[in-house]
Amino acid sequence: MGLTVDHLQVCYRTLRGDVKAVDDVTFSIEDREIMGLAGESGCGKSTLGNSLVRMDVRMRQLGGHVELDGKELPISDSRAMRDFRFKEISIVPQYAMSALNPTRRVGRMVAELLKARGFDYKSALPELERRVKLVGLDADILKRYPIELSGGMKQRVVMVISTLLNPSLLIADEITSALDVSTQRAVGEMLLEFRDRNFVKTTMVITHDLSILAQVADTILVMYAGKLAEKAKADVVINNPLHPYTQLLISSLPDVGIRHDEHTLVGIPGRPPPLLNPPVGCRFRDRCPFAFDRCTDEPPFVEVKPGHSVACWLHADGALPSGGV
Amino acid sequence: MTVLKTDEAAEKAGAPDAAVSAGSGKPRRFEFLYFALRNKKLLLGLSVVVLFVLFAVFGPLFVQHPMLNYYIPFRPPSSSFWFGTNYFGQDVFSEFVSGLRESLLVGLLGGCGATVIGMTLGFVSGYKGGLIDEALNVLCNIFLTMPVLVLLILVAGFLHHTSGLIEGILIACTTWTWSMRAIRAQTFSLVSRDFVGLARLSGEKSRQIIMREIAPNMSSYLLLVFILSFGGAILTAASLDYLGLGPTNGMSLGIMMQQASDWNSLQLHLWWWFVPPGAAITCIVGGLYLANVGLDEVFNPKLREL
Amino acid sequence: MRRYLVRKLIIYILTFFVAATIDWILPRLVSGNPISILLSKMSLQPGTYNATYKLYMNAFGFNRPWWKQYLTFWTALFHGNLGISIYQFPKPVTSVIADYVLFTLALLIPAILLAYFAGNRVGAMAARRKLLDNSVLPVSYLLTATAYPWLALLLAFLFAAGGIGHFFPISGGFSYGLLPSWNWTFIWSLVTHWFLPFLTLFLVAFGGWAIGMRNLIIYELESDYTHYLEALGAPTRLVRRYAYRNAVLPQLTGLALSLGMVVGGAVVTEVTFAYPGLGYLVFQAVGNNDYFLLQGIFLFIIAGVLIANFVIDIVYVIVDPRTRVGISGA
Repeated sequence: MGLTVDHLQVCYRTLRGDVKAVDDVTFSIEDREIMGLAGESGCGKSTLGNSLVRMDVRMRQLGGHVELDGKELPISDSRAMRDFRFKEISIVPQYAMSALNPTRRVGRMVAELLKARGFDYKSALPELERRVKLVGLDADILKRYPIELSGGMKQRVVMVISTLLNPSLLIADEITSALDVSTQRAVGEMLLEFRDRNFVKTTMVITHDLSILAQVADTILVMYAGKLAEKAKADVVINNPLHPYTQLLISSLPDVGIRHDEHTLVGIPGRPPPLLNPPVGCRFRDRCPFAFDRCTDEPPFVEVKPGHSVACWLHADGALPSGGV
Repeated sequence: MTVLKTDEAAEKAGAPDAAVSAGSGKPRRFEFLYFALRNKKLLLGLSVVVLFVLFAVFGPLFVQHPMLNYYIPFRPPSSSFWFGTNYFGQDVFSEFVSGLRESLLVGLLGGCGATVIGMTLGFVSGYKGGLIDEALNVLCNIFLTMPVLVLLILVAGFLHHTSGLIEGILIACTTWTWSMRAIRAQTFSLVSRDFVGLARLSGEKSRQIIMREIAPNMSSYLLLVFILSFGGAILTAASLDYLGLGPTNGMSLGIMMQQASDWNSLQLHLWWWFVPPGAAITCIVGGLYLANVGLDEVFNPKLREL
Repeated sequence: MRRYLVRKLIIYILTFFVAATIDWILPRLVSGNPISILLSKMSLQPGTYNATYKLYMNAFGFNRPWWKQYLTFWTALFHGNLGISIYQFPKPVTSVIADYVLFTLALLIPAILLAYFAGNRVGAMAARRKLLDNSVLPVSYLLTATAYPWLALLLAFLFAAGGIGHFFPISGGFSYGLLPSWNWTFIWSLVTHWFLPFLTLFLVAFGGWAIGMRNLIIYELESDYTHYLEALGAPTRLVRRYAYRNAVLPQLTGLALSLGMVVGGAVVTEVTFAYPGLGYLVFQAVGNNDYFLLQGIFLFIIAGVLIANFVIDIVYVIVDPRTRVGISGA
């Protein structure tokens, strides 16, 4: 069944007005699929991921809806969402290094959380310890305080905690950006392993780092300035991207699979448009080497080849009749 | 990411260190002004303080009964004696006006002095680090644990003659610790930044780096520290004056309360003698604290309410 | 953990050393000789002044080289000898202090602790709850902005001098007619005399704690571990419990830092209510130029504050696991 996101619009409310960080986004993830969500920072990918789990007080859902396993997710109702969190939908947050309460032993925190959610820690403990060992940690880290764990250890502990209840959807938000190359690979392996062992059904990997997606993702969705730019199988996006933005993104990588840091995307001149008052038409227009007069109209996000959708006038004419995803 | 960083502020609700990078670049300044003019706490707090300052400046114009003239005692507030008269028949309003001036001046002196001392030591400590920092930090901790008012009482007790100037200096010399703590911590975080490292590499002198690179980048923070020191100094001075250890000659809000207490205003129900000075202190210091909170919100986007 | 406490202890010992040195230098810097003041109080017979002066100068050691005086000062200090009070001549300073210290402790300890706990609770409740916040916060700001003498005068006027009623006595530690003894009349008298000074100290400190806790809780509720808990569907109760628990730690540091301030407030409050504690005694000592007493009380208060600081440090180590596992982990 997986996840279906339909015409989702989420904005950030600021004093100067609403910032539409997620603008009319439609996609779905199949069961057992790992989908990568890529784009530069500020493109709305984290907002999209977070809005599916926990809306910030500044966030508002303007429209659209989300379904998980055929059930509607009440994402703008924080109270109603509470039942879904952890059990059905879970997140490994960007800030995994500081996600654990510094004054609680790891195990005690998990125990208190489980108890508050109506689960029994004692009966969950064997499985928890098994998984902790599975990710290569010693079971006695549960008796330690977060300050006693290294960054990589915390990352893995958080991954184990987040997936403890075997959620349908796991959102992994920039889980590799704070790690070194070898640990990044290991975390990638863990994502695959978690999927293979059915700890999670569907996974959404949010990152600005395409190399990790090349390693783990089945499909890749590229976002630009709050909108969808391109979606296809991972190898298609990496080897034969259609959207000029994706092409530039890929070509700016030194080599897929090699780690590259924050300077990765410097290759594309210019900046994304402000989302407070986005320009009409294609949002990539100003930076696009192929821009032409038609780009002043907004390009639709359409399927141009089976399983390959793109929002660009260069390819719109070849759109398959059905459209959509 | 460095180049492409645009609306990250919107996505992540603002850089946490915006307070520190205040004053860099014009658009920022205008942005602060924009938020400042819309911050109710800042506007309310500031207007209360400004009101009292204006009152202290222009108050003497409204004084109809000089402080040293004696009229009928125990008179409640009326149209001719706005704040009534005291035990001796002096006009409480005229006392209030000169007391307010003295208290504001002493507070300003103490607050400025404490900020300057705290700033200097904080900059040096945070910038130099190492042994100097260790020594200054120990010094700071020593004065931080000492009960300031008791220390001041001890010092003032040995001085036979005090003036507002001496009082202000004494307060500055004993209360700088709070500002130093705050500024030291901020300097630490600034020193590790690129632009300071660049200035160091280019061979600028420490003093120049502090004055040119560090101080301007925390001007907003310094303002906050000063406001708190100012309010604190007014309160400390009031207590000291109340104990009879303030200016030997002259009037202050604390001295008014001392005299009111000494001359049985409680038993005689001369509430108009001690209510105005204390209320004025509460309003001024409360206004300063409120303005501080407001400014904090202006400088630090994270705290801005929607 | 041991490192942490030892470091603190060294700072406290240094503080005491500095305070004692200030205490010793001040009277020697300032004009006006304590001995001549002492003698002027003694109404000596004419002609005996010079002889007595010499006697006392010798006795107090003012005519010896300064370093010898300084050494003598410390030796005396280690023997618990703070000199002779002039104001209550010839009582030793230590026994004068002993008469007053219990009243101060009875005032300070409940005021500090109750204000701390109540302020923290109320501040935590107010955080992120609009209605409560809008009432608690302004009141708290007004309270912290209030000068101790004014609040003391106001409370005395309203509740003791008949502004609203004569509910409490206006001055003293107990009624003059009573002799200290353990019967209910006396205890009741103690309580009624104690209440208003206590309330003064309580209220001002309460405001500070409430504001501090409110801000810290809001900060904790914005922290990553809170967001993670919420993302895992933790109920508000658990989230708040964690936030409170973590916000208490900086508040505990604040408690140690606030001690000096509260002691200052106690001086003013005790003076207003003529409450026979150390603050009132300090005031009397200044008024009577009783330098030995003044110096003695100063050292005594410093010592008390330092001891209280150390107690708080120990509590902190118990409460914050990070100081225990400390650097050894990671």
